[in-house]
Amino acid sequence: MTGQQIIFLAVALFTLGSGFMVVTTRNLIHAALWLISTLFGVAVVFAILNAGFLAVVQVVVYIGAIAILFIFAVMLTRKDMRDQGPQTNQNWWVGALIAVLVFGGLVFLLQGWNGLSRTAADIPSGFDAVAELGTALVSPAGYVLPFEVASVLLVAALVGAVYVAFNRK
Amino acid sequence: MSFWIDPLKVAADWLLGIFTGWGLPEVAAQILIGFLGVLLLISVLMLLDIFLVWVERKVVSRFQDRIGPNRVGPFGLIQPFADIIKLLIKEDTTPGGADKVVYNIAPMLSMMSVLILWAVVPLAPRILGVDLNVGALYIIAAGAIGTLSIIMAGWSSNNKFALIGAFRQVAVMVSFEIPMLATLLIPTIFAGSMGLSAITQDQNIWYVFLAPLGALIFLIAAIAELGRAPFDMGEAESELVSGYNIEYSGMKFGMFYAGELLHAFTFGGFWAIMFFGGYRFLGLEQVSAFLAVAVIVFKAFVGYWIIMWVKYTLMRIRIDHMLAFNWKFLTPLAFTLLMVVALMNALLAGTPTWFYVSGMFLSNIVLAWIAIEIARSYSRREREKVEGSTRVVEAHH
Repeated sequence: MTGQQIIFLAVALFTLGSGFMVVTTRNLIHAALWLISTLFGVAVVFAILNAGFLAVVQVVVYIGAIAILFIFAVMLTRKDMRDQGPQTNQNWWVGALIAVLVFGGLVFLLQGWNGLSRTAADIPSGFDAVAELGTALVSPAGYVLPFEVASVLLVAALVGAVYVAFNRK
Repeated sequence: MSFWIDPLKVAADWLLGIFTGWGLPEVAAQILIGFLGVLLLISVLMLLDIFLVWVERKVVSRFQDRIGPNRVGPFGLIQPFADIIKLLIKEDTTPGGADKVVYNIAPMLSMMSVLILWAVVPLAPRILGVDLNVGALYIIAAGAIGTLSIIMAGWSSNNKFALIGAFRQVAVMVSFEIPMLATLLIPTIFAGSMGLSAITQDQNIWYVFLAPLGALIFLIAAIAELGRAPFDMGEAESELVSGYNIEYSGMKFGMFYAGELLHAFTFGGFWAIMFFGGYRFLGLEQVSAFLAVAVIVFKAFVGYWIIMWVKYTLMRIRIDHMLAFNWKFLTPLAFTLLMVVALMNALLAGTPTWFYVSGMFLSNIVLAWIAIEIARSYSRREREKVEGSTRVVEAHH
């Protein structure tokens, strides 16, 4: 086992363990904090994959903005931070079934894939991933249309939120 | 490669020889040397932090027409050590009903969010932790962890004042992150890279001459991000006693305090790197790496001094004014400036240097003037709404 595999396994265990704690802990703030550690684990996975930009964006957007908003929302809407009721409802077996089916399907698909035993090619020197990503996002041959559609969607959501919250005098 | 140009490389080679001589495999020796480098950087920073306590206290007393610490050691230089001993032997209290684990993690995260910033700071052409190609974004990401530590401290303390202080502080930090990010993109446009090393290398002309308004907005956003006066909403002694860190005692409070001082110094350093040429000054950085480090430390201290100057001169702004100032003035201005700079950079590409610099400088000044005029006419209208009736009465007399 190489050093990189050991690091990956440790990070994966950390991420999955944190994810498990998110859905099992009864304290909502703790759930939000465990969610942050899950997201941080994902950022580390990005960093292992040499995707430094995505790792940093993951921390800025998910931890710096979304998770903080989660904590704010929980604190502003809940009187008691502890969850008292049962943690599952009568549909738990449907969820378990779907999870097992998805896992089985993924295992089945990955059986016939030879990528697991190959090592990734080295990134050529002078390759600027950020510049490549930026060019791909704005070039017509790349992803300019999905990028613009996503931007319009976000602006629409923003305008809608302002309209809903706007207090007419 | 001589010791004076690249001391770290020389030291690392020397250590590698010793470690492999002991029979360590080369990979293990490299990892060990990496750890030693991190240890060295953090130790130097923590020692500097002790010194910063003295600097801060001396400077504030000068601003307030006092002498400051002058009893322990020459010029009171030993005073911070007395403070540390006091903090260490204080009783370590935990408030009743506190969330113990979160309560104890928060000060560590606060200190950590400052220390990890130094991983990307280029201290000299060859002395830097890692040349991250997204260095500018990394600064914001580390700030996110600082925000997290404050809300964790405020919530886990089980104290109303702590929670209100944390809420206010986090609201300010999340808001001012946006103009800060926009102004960090301005050096990125000039240098064509987000890496702090590339940004430093590219500054044959300091970026403050190309984007003086950007430098100013960055400083304002940095002060707000630090939670220092006039944006010290989290502490607000007169309203919240001490804000998010009220329940912390001893060295746990010390970590928040030391973290804040080092954070201010660090942002002085980032201001220098982004707009004042970093470690570059008249080619001194080519002479010796030690001179380059001295240059950036000096520039960081100038930035730190300006942040202190603002802190001890201005009064606290009300929270609604602070957020309105950010969302209605600073953020639109920062984004307009970003667009103007990008446009001018494209328009003036290929022109002689003096033309490029003066064009950039003038566009910044014009934009700042327009923004101030808009703000002035807005505040005049607001004032007339309040005072208008009384003024009419006075005119009749």
